[in-house]
Amino acid sequence: MGHSGISIFFEGANFLRLLGGLYVSAKIAFLSIFFGGILGIVLGVLRTLHNPLLRLLLRLYLEFFRIVPTIVLLFLFYYILPQSFNINYKADTVGTIVFSLWMAAEMSDIVRGALISVPMHQVESGKAIGLSTVQLYRYVLVPQSVHLMIPATINLMTRIIKTTSLLLLISVVDVINVGQQIIEANSHRYQDGAFWVYGFIFILYFILCYPLSRLARRLERRGKAGANG
Amino acid sequence: MAEPLLKVEHLKKSYGEKRVLEDISFEVEEGSVVVLLGPSGSGKSTLIRCLNGLEAFQGGTIMFNGETVRPSPKNWRRLRQQIGMVFQSYDLFPNMTVLENILLGAVKVQKRKRDEAARQAMSLLKEVGMEQYANAYPRQLSGGQKQRVAIVRALELNPKLMLFDEVTASLDPEMVRGVLEIILRLAREKMTMIVVTHEMNFARQIGDKILFLEDGKILEETPGRQFFTKPQTERAKSFLESMDF
Amino acid sequence: MDWTVVQNSLPMFEKGLWLTLRLSFFGIIGAGVLGLICSFIQYFKVPVLRKLVTAYVELSRNTPLLIQLFFLFYGLPQVGIKFSAEACGIIGIIFLGGSYMAEGFSGGLAGVSKTQIESGLAIGLSRFQLARYVIFPQGLMLSVPAFAANVIFLIKETSIFTVLAIPELTNTALDLIGMYYNTNEYLFMLVVAYAIILIPLSILLTWLEKKVRYGTFGN
Repeated sequence: MGHSGISIFFEGANFLRLLGGLYVSAKIAFLSIFFGGILGIVLGVLRTLHNPLLRLLLRLYLEFFRIVPTIVLLFLFYYILPQSFNINYKADTVGTIVFSLWMAAEMSDIVRGALISVPMHQVESGKAIGLSTVQLYRYVLVPQSVHLMIPATINLMTRIIKTTSLLLLISVVDVINVGQQIIEANSHRYQDGAFWVYGFIFILYFILCYPLSRLARRLERRGKAGANG
Repeated sequence: MAEPLLKVEHLKKSYGEKRVLEDISFEVEEGSVVVLLGPSGSGKSTLIRCLNGLEAFQGGTIMFNGETVRPSPKNWRRLRQQIGMVFQSYDLFPNMTVLENILLGAVKVQKRKRDEAARQAMSLLKEVGMEQYANAYPRQLSGGQKQRVAIVRALELNPKLMLFDEVTASLDPEMVRGVLEIILRLAREKMTMIVVTHEMNFARQIGDKILFLEDGKILEETPGRQFFTKPQTERAKSFLESMDF
Repeated sequence: MDWTVVQNSLPMFEKGLWLTLRLSFFGIIGAGVLGLICSFIQYFKVPVLRKLVTAYVELSRNTPLLIQLFFLFYGLPQVGIKFSAEACGIIGIIFLGGSYMAEGFSGGLAGVSKTQIESGLAIGLSRFQLARYVIFPQGLMLSVPAFAANVIFLIKETSIFTVLAIPELTNTALDLIGMYYNTNEYLFMLVVAYAIILIPLSILLTWLEKKVRYGTFGN
């Protein structure tokens, strides 16, 4: 027989190691959100310009990241990137690159969707008083569409955080990977280690993501109320 | 003198802090038409919606057909079979044909036999010139046609009182006339009606009695003919002038 | 790119494709039913169940499928509940997908216009009749776009099943890579395989969306 698995957490540095793994996941997530977010905003704006070729290319980029499952993307970049460009990146970096590009793709769609929903006559009024394209975006389009973008962006952030769970498959030492190591190392002493460790990680993700989705929902509701004002 | 079909006494309604209907009292004789007129925001729509329970009221009483209305979902369901309503938005149920739209109330609420109800439905459709559209879907109809079906849908339940809430306000001008003629015909057939409208000519033709509202109060209650030639209040006079009357 | 490698591995990919489709199919149906039930419970505000549904939706939407699968496959057996890998996969999809479907259906139900509801009330429909003849038919139509998005999302999520060694598409590719190292060829075929499923499906669902919208609302 063994002890109850819950004592795993009190053993040695296990708990700290788990948090360390969580830190890795969170770091990759937030770096991706940051870089991907900025790139996504730029791409989103570009997609609303009247350049058919540009729009087509960017659309293909988006669709590629939408059709291909994230796991496959991770492996594509992990295996193919070093070969083609002869550079060897750490798994962490590959993960960050993939997630940033994915974030940018989805973000560009959010930004584009919000920008094109600004009523035409607002844009026309802006043009009528002689605003340049840059000024149009800055003073008319962006301010009036920002509130639409925020809930969707927060939801996207939640999705990114959840999907970092896949990083272990390219050997990133994230929280789940650490969890697996702990379970294996202690499998003789703690028969139900897996139950407790995975259960704990499950709750960790929940604690990370739930406040964000609550926030997004509240902003969405407030946005709807405000928009009718 | 016979009891009026509808008697409203000291009706009050507020949205939170805001008072929208203030001490509304009036009577509607059977077979007569009452027209509610007034500037936007005067409470006309709110008042008419209180009469079939779509809006709740916080004070006063409504007496219909001799009984005091006790507002409860069950009572309103029963009363709504006797009080028909046609809306501005001519909402027909998009997932049903014209005929099914009309029969829904008769068959499922009044539990009538389908053949009998269908016969009545077809005859009503013929009266409004829509019988060939019985199996069409609402998306295939124009606004005016949809509104005519909406009227039939309400009439199918054989109501004693019909409520019309700005039913031509969303229609193109050419279609307005067709719909108004149907309502005029109903008046000639002595259907008891309460009509909210902006169409002044129509109001003059049809109104046995005019209720002029402003800010949730009845400013004037005047017989139809007289209101348009010699209104009692200054406000009514300037209102008529602003409508080019 | 070595095309003979591609050709030789076609049979294996075909098997993986069918398994992916099968697992997706059952998972999506299960998720759809679960989501429908949950949205009804939310709509009718059923007392105790409503709180349960809210808790379920929050739990499932804020946790990754991977962890749900690990918990089901490695964790539960340790307290006595054992499922096969494929069963865990389908249960995982149903658990995760159910909440997304529930949100989609709830959104559709809430989107039925107020004037439609009032028209129904005005002809004397009871609350139940209103739901049956007006709200649910229209609400379901309104949920089709969300349903379509969820279908595509869930099919992609099945790629995660590879961690339980279920021989679906992604696992097939990774397995082959592990054995023969032809990374380029196998990853190429993997992407093509998903494209074969998802691009036609996406087009079909967009067509369905348009048809339903026109059918119901006429423009």
